[in-house]
Amino acid sequence: MDRKIYFDHNATTPIHEEVFDAMVPYFKDEWGNPSSIHWAGRGPKKAVDEAREKVAGFLNCSPIEVIFTSSGSESDNLAIKGVAFSMRSKGNHIITTKVEHPAVLNTCKYLEREGFDVTYLGVDADGMIDLDELRDSITPKTTLITVMYANNETGVVFPVAEIGEIAREHRVTFHTDAVQAAGKIPLDVKALNCDLLSISGHKIYAPKGVGALYVRRGVRVVPIIHGGHHERNRRGGTENVAGIVGLAKACEIAARDMEEETAHLRRLRDRLEEGLMKRIPHVKRNGHKDKRIPNTANLSFEFVEGESLLLNLDMLGIAASSGSACTSGSLEPSHVLVSMGLTPELSHGSVRFSLGRSNTEEEVDYLIEKMPPIVERMRSMSPLWCEVEKKGVDLSFEEKTCS
Amino acid sequence: MQGTNRVVVAMSGGVDSSVAAAFLKERGFEVVGISMQLWDYSEGGESGGGATGGSCCSLEDIHDARRVADALEIPFYVVNMERPFLSEVVDYFVKGYMDGETPNPCIKCNEVMKFRLLMRKALELDAGFLATGHYARITVDDGGTYHLLKGLDEGKDQSYFLFTMTQDQMKRVLFPVGGLRKDEVRGYAARLGLRVAEKKDSQEICFIEGSSYTDFVVTRGGGGPGGPITDTSGNVLGSHAGLFRYTIGQRRGLDIRDGRGPYYVVDMDMERNRLVVGSRDELYASGLVARNVNWTGRPMTDGQPLTVKIRYRHPGAGAVLTHLDGGRVKIVFSEPQKAVTPGQAAVFYSGEEVVGGGWIERALR
Repeated sequence: MDRKIYFDHNATTPIHEEVFDAMVPYFKDEWGNPSSIHWAGRGPKKAVDEAREKVAGFLNCSPIEVIFTSSGSESDNLAIKGVAFSMRSKGNHIITTKVEHPAVLNTCKYLEREGFDVTYLGVDADGMIDLDELRDSITPKTTLITVMYANNETGVVFPVAEIGEIAREHRVTFHTDAVQAAGKIPLDVKALNCDLLSISGHKIYAPKGVGALYVRRGVRVVPIIHGGHHERNRRGGTENVAGIVGLAKACEIAARDMEEETAHLRRLRDRLEEGLMKRIPHVKRNGHKDKRIPNTANLSFEFVEGESLLLNLDMLGIAASSGSACTSGSLEPSHVLVSMGLTPELSHGSVRFSLGRSNTEEEVDYLIEKMPPIVERMRSMSPLWCEVEKKGVDLSFEEKTCS
Repeated sequence: MQGTNRVVVAMSGGVDSSVAAAFLKERGFEVVGISMQLWDYSEGGESGGGATGGSCCSLEDIHDARRVADALEIPFYVVNMERPFLSEVVDYFVKGYMDGETPNPCIKCNEVMKFRLLMRKALELDAGFLATGHYARITVDDGGTYHLLKGLDEGKDQSYFLFTMTQDQMKRVLFPVGGLRKDEVRGYAARLGLRVAEKKDSQEICFIEGSSYTDFVVTRGGGGPGGPITDTSGNVLGSHAGLFRYTIGQRRGLDIRDGRGPYYVVDMDMERNRLVVGSRDELYASGLVARNVNWTGRPMTDGQPLTVKIRYRHPGAGAVLTHLDGGRVKIVFSEPQKAVTPGQAAVFYSGEEVVGGGWIERALR
């Protein structure tokens, strides 16, 4: 395997060189504990303060409204459990969607077991929610609405600002998981009308192990990690100083390069999508064509299994991922694609390409060149395909059960 | 596609398939390792694996396989095959006991999971071959016919479990350790510093290892009511706790104290839910009828002599075969054989070669 092409930036991103450089001092000289009163803590404390200001600048909020966490998942957990438990005396109803990231979905399921009621809004064939359905779901008991900004699988962007407005009209707290939106489309918590917003470091060229949660002043969250007085008593644990510095630097770069980056990603993504759809018959695009982040293409290749496609691509050095979370974990077809009404077969045949800043036109062309013969070969082994194409089929290795 | 140098190795995390991968890599093949995840280990998972204490292709085994693949610097993937394993192997296993038989899930697993589904995966990955760590050999003669032979290590020979193989499959299957003895395989692994060199061999029925199959059958919705134990003349000698709890030839757990024992299970009367026991002599059968017969090459003709193995550790008995209708055959032994067990395989050998086999339907007295 000579070539290495990475089309899986929604899974994680490489660390940006400027981010890495910014972090280095905090692994070496500035190793102190930011909470210390003495000289060793001063540098790290200053770094965390500055980082908080930068992240606040990126989100258009006040630094005291930023809580650093260990991940996007932790940010989501803190937002949802934190608000749900702090508002429990007022109500126990939460509204979310069926297509959230597991960090949100499974947190909601946990809360259901703890006695909360959760409404899961469905999506249409384009992956969009119905705002009237959202309005109708709100009850006097509703304390929290949590809807993602951009979907990790399809890239579909939800009308968060409008959802925020509806939440505000009904005096319901509103959280959005913006992990996939960050760095790809503008994040302005004021324009988005949100009370809480999650981001993750490693999706925006910072390292794994750091995330942040915006919590609007006045919104109370009960901590889920109890400890010292860190993060104004809302999140115990000595600060991951280097990670926090990295996250802040990544936010700074994202804001700086966004316009150029977005154009670059969109151009490549469209080239990839059009190229594959032109050269390979029976390919379907999943997700709204326009209302989505610029880097994500989710395509279903009929009559083939996404997993085998991915392994074939991997052996050519091309990294992508399938609609389902991972190859060995769940057998279930993607909950996102199924919610959009895809058949399990089409869902199993889906591949997600998510582009990033270092990808080139030449890499996209390499994929467009390599993929059609793979799909064709795999289809030639599919009885269903042979039926469609009215060709004979060698059934010697046919599966008895379609799983 | 057949021309490619790529081979998928079914890696279980054990020493045999690890050495199979290493062996092929050393011989210049482009080796791709695949472990099949056959059981759901998550809490409340679909197959409820955690609750049974089963260890089929356990997470530790998959971990070992991955670490071996890392050491060999070959690509490695885990593919999820829980669903077909449930429907084709586990359900078959439970149903076998419900039908008063003693199923052999290892043969079924080879037939369906490895040589059908994983083979398909290998072809999808543009591999020319699928390799496993079985102790058996495949040769090809000048006429282009493939032959399935016993492993060179008599004590480890696993050809019994492979009788369902077809010419199409043998063309594309490699058994790299089939020509080695077990100690050579372990030596090979040790020489390469593979972590699994001293790992103990897996037990026969991997998914119920460490617990009882009867509990497993009950957990999976099987089971059956108790009833009488009778002798071969129909005299009631005691009671049984459900026919699925017994196997032909079983002596223990019958709890008959008439002083005329020992008694052995010789038959199951499903219609009347009776467990039939008899003396050691009554355990012997003169032949058997086998169904769903597969021939690895050209079918044998009536009257042709062969050696038949009626269970994995059976030394083999001389026999003569007659074709019946519906893919069945009748086997008559040259000497009566003990404990012919419906549900097990009768595998037909001609010298070293597996010429075919079938599933035992009933014993002939």
